[in-house]
Amino acid sequence: MKQLPPLLLVIAALMFMRAPFLIDAVRYESTMGLVQKIFYFHVPAAITTFTSVFVCGIASVIYLVRRTRTADHVAVAAAELAVLFGAIVLVTGPLWARKAWGVWWTWGDARLVMTFVMWMVFVAYLLLRRFGGPGSEVLAAVAGIFGTVLVPFVYWSVNYWRTVHPQTTVIKTLPPDMSYVLSWCIYTFLVLYAALLMIRTRLEAGRATLDDAFLALED
Amino acid sequence: MVRLRGPLVAWALTLVLLAVSTVTMIAFQDKGFVPVKPGETGQETLPATPLVFVAYAFVWVALLGYVVLLWRRLGRVERELDQVRAKLQGRT
Repeated sequence: MKQLPPLLLVIAALMFMRAPFLIDAVRYESTMGLVQKIFYFHVPAAITTFTSVFVCGIASVIYLVRRTRTADHVAVAAAELAVLFGAIVLVTGPLWARKAWGVWWTWGDARLVMTFVMWMVFVAYLLLRRFGGPGSEVLAAVAGIFGTVLVPFVYWSVNYWRTVHPQTTVIKTLPPDMSYVLSWCIYTFLVLYAALLMIRTRLEAGRATLDDAFLALED
Repeated sequence: MVRLRGPLVAWALTLVLLAVSTVTMIAFQDKGFVPVKPGETGQETLPATPLVFVAYAFVWVALLGYVVLLWRRLGRVERELDQVRAKLQGRT
């Protein structure tokens, strides 16, 4: 079990190395041209963010119900990864938007603003854990659940509100070559995510054990 | 029966509005990304290369940086754990 995260990291690294060649080889999109290729990392990062948010939400619910430390460790790890992958989404999106829409960011767009709000919830989660002191786990778990509830709103916002962001139907309508490259990148991000989640959970468990050991040393 | 009429009308109106908005959405749905035809090149006004380069560079640097940082944090915690365990064993 201890060997699995490094193995997954190696697989993810190999997949990441192949990804630029696939992205370079795939056809340009007719209206956006080269800049649309940001899509192949932007969408997988967004999917990984949603996955991480869900993991954090489920782990938070388990923690609130059963108070198991493992659930809390998984929730912290998932929240940190949601912030990491969310940051990738929030940086790559405006780089694509600058060319495709002519602006870096627009506060009038539901998808953009809701993604930013969701990301801020998980930044708040991490700040709570860092500076909240004893008992902040419960408050953070509630924040994690609140952030998870935002996911469906973020996902379907492009279909229900007026927005310049491409709709969710875009992925289903992709031609096979574009779809293959996107799938490759999604799996790459998810393999990396699985490895990072396991390692980060191990770190959190290690910290908890260290705290216990310090307390035992003091007694 | 008279009391029920108001909520029923409200529900009926809501359902009609939902049906109308769904049909409108389907009718005006985005056709999706269309790949460029062979031999056709688009007119570029703002160079896309720096934007694409920065996007991919950011992803690589962010992920690689996080992996290195995580590995160092894990190493530090495991080292401290070993030290504390050794101290605890020394006591007993």
